[in-house]
Amino acid sequence: MALVKAFTQFVEPPSSPVTDVAQGAAPGARPPKLETVQMGFFYGLNQALRDVSLKINERAVTALIGPSGCGKSTYLRSLNRMNDIIEGTRVSGKVMLDGEDIYAKDVDVVSLRKRIGMVFQKSTPFPKSIFDNVAFGPRIAGLTDKAKLTEIVEQSLQRAALWNEAKDRLRDSAMALSGGQQQRLCIARALATSPEVLLMDEPASALDPASTSRIEDLIFELKQNYTIVIVTHNMQQAARISEVTAFFCMGRLVEVGQTKQLFTNPIQKETEDYITGRFG
Amino acid sequence: MNLHDDFYERKLVLRHRLGQAFEWLCRLTTWLSMGLLAVLLLGIGRQAWGWLTFGFLTRGNSYIAEEAGIVAGLCGSLWLIGLTAIMAVPLGVGAAVYLEEYARPTRLTKLIQLNISNLAGVPSIVYGILGFTVFVRMFGLRDRPEKFVCSLGFVEFSFELPLGRVVVSGAATLTLLSLPVIIIAAQEALRAVPASLRHASLALGATKWQTVRHQVLPAALPGILTGVILALSRALGETAPLLVLGAAAQLSVVPGRIAGITDALTHPGKLVQAPFDQFTAIPLQIYSWVSDSSRGFEHVSAAGIVVLLVVLVLMNGTAIFIRQRFQKKIRW
Repeated sequence: MALVKAFTQFVEPPSSPVTDVAQGAAPGARPPKLETVQMGFFYGLNQALRDVSLKINERAVTALIGPSGCGKSTYLRSLNRMNDIIEGTRVSGKVMLDGEDIYAKDVDVVSLRKRIGMVFQKSTPFPKSIFDNVAFGPRIAGLTDKAKLTEIVEQSLQRAALWNEAKDRLRDSAMALSGGQQQRLCIARALATSPEVLLMDEPASALDPASTSRIEDLIFELKQNYTIVIVTHNMQQAARISEVTAFFCMGRLVEVGQTKQLFTNPIQKETEDYITGRFG
Repeated sequence: MNLHDDFYERKLVLRHRLGQAFEWLCRLTTWLSMGLLAVLLLGIGRQAWGWLTFGFLTRGNSYIAEEAGIVAGLCGSLWLIGLTAIMAVPLGVGAAVYLEEYARPTRLTKLIQLNISNLAGVPSIVYGILGFTVFVRMFGLRDRPEKFVCSLGFVEFSFELPLGRVVVSGAATLTLLSLPVIIIAAQEALRAVPASLRHASLALGATKWQTVRHQVLPAALPGILTGVILALSRALGETAPLLVLGAAAQLSVVPGRIAGITDALTHPGKLVQAPFDQFTAIPLQIYSWVSDSSRGFEHVSAAGIVVLLVVLVLMNGTAIFIRQRFQKKIRW
């Protein structure tokens, strides 16, 4: 029963007041949820990221933009240590979640990834039913209580704005869903493990405009309860949904600022060139 | 040069002709191989006609062609293939999972990989010699076999060490023979599972084992089954390694002397004893009938071949059926 209790806790969204999120985040007002300090990333001898220092605010959307190959996806994937899978990669500097280094020796990657969920560019539903897809995370964490699982699945699908479309076909294969629905299923699946942070790697880049706008609405809803970091190629999207935008180029963090300011009045010449379409 | 001239038209006619010629060539090769197979099956079927009776399936062998039967070989082959599957599938799939999912690509794993590929091409008679040394004689550790009696509470069975020419020796030899094929096929199947599936599972906080168990293996199962079918079908028809092992060419009794299903249920001890009993197999019986020049045995061997083919078809059919059921659930 203790386990069930623990899951009840997961399911309830963290309930601290949502104050200065709308303004982006006044620096220093609250400690950042995630922070990288002079982070570098290496594929073998190849350095893909250098000296990235970035603070990611709690319950806000941080957008990472930049030309292809600039390192923004690599950066995103090192926040939940998905890069660990790739042989011969190495991280220097610090990546901190709630002030604790996630690359420290005593950190369990499995529980880290439960706390930091991820949604990929290509939707990757498991070849199972919709229900089993969403229930996968809680199940592998050891939850077997059927009623509790059903509750988590319903809640997660509701939060991912898929419940109305999926409630009558929970036993159907997830592969039968449309592309946009599959992506929302993947978001629901990530929410089912009650993460604190959601990493999204171009979640709408393979979708049509209508599905894209649904995903954007969803992200707007989700930021009330979750810290979201999103990689996007679509600058309008970044401008629409994020509070803070970080511009990466050639493995460096060129500029970071309030989204509005970065898009209207960038400080760096490179940023200006990129957002005005002169380069990238 | 302009492509809208005679040159283009002339070449176009040639290109279409070449395409048609190739199509006919492919058609010819397909029908030729189907035709040869049909001739073979018809020939065998004609010879076996009238000889393939219920009695043939249930009798032990005899020196008189009319009274010869295949029950010993049929049961021997089923025992062999069953035990081979029990040993070879977990070992083979386990090795493939380790090599594909866990092992780092070091020089040692590359060497192992290379050797597995080579072993898949080793002639089966070599495996027979290996099996004879390792399982039948156990490196000649003892001059005379020693008898052990084992009790499992409700049943008792006995075996000898070295094992001698018994079913487990044969099954272990066929296991060695099938392992490389199963490993390679299972590796291919595992490799075909998209990396995104593994990543999605890991990103949800699954451990490596949970990812392999719940995502990768189910997705690879159809491919793995195909490899298992191929390997076991080949093992079922193997004659050479069993000859080298010294398995009996003809026997009149089945392993464990099980008289039927009721006998097996009332005497479960016989089921445990059977793997440690002498055996023969369908291909061995066919081999001995073919070499028998007495009148009528050409019909007996034809009937034996039909039985072997039917067992093969049934085995493949079951496996394909299982595979289709799994495949329906999985679509990328």
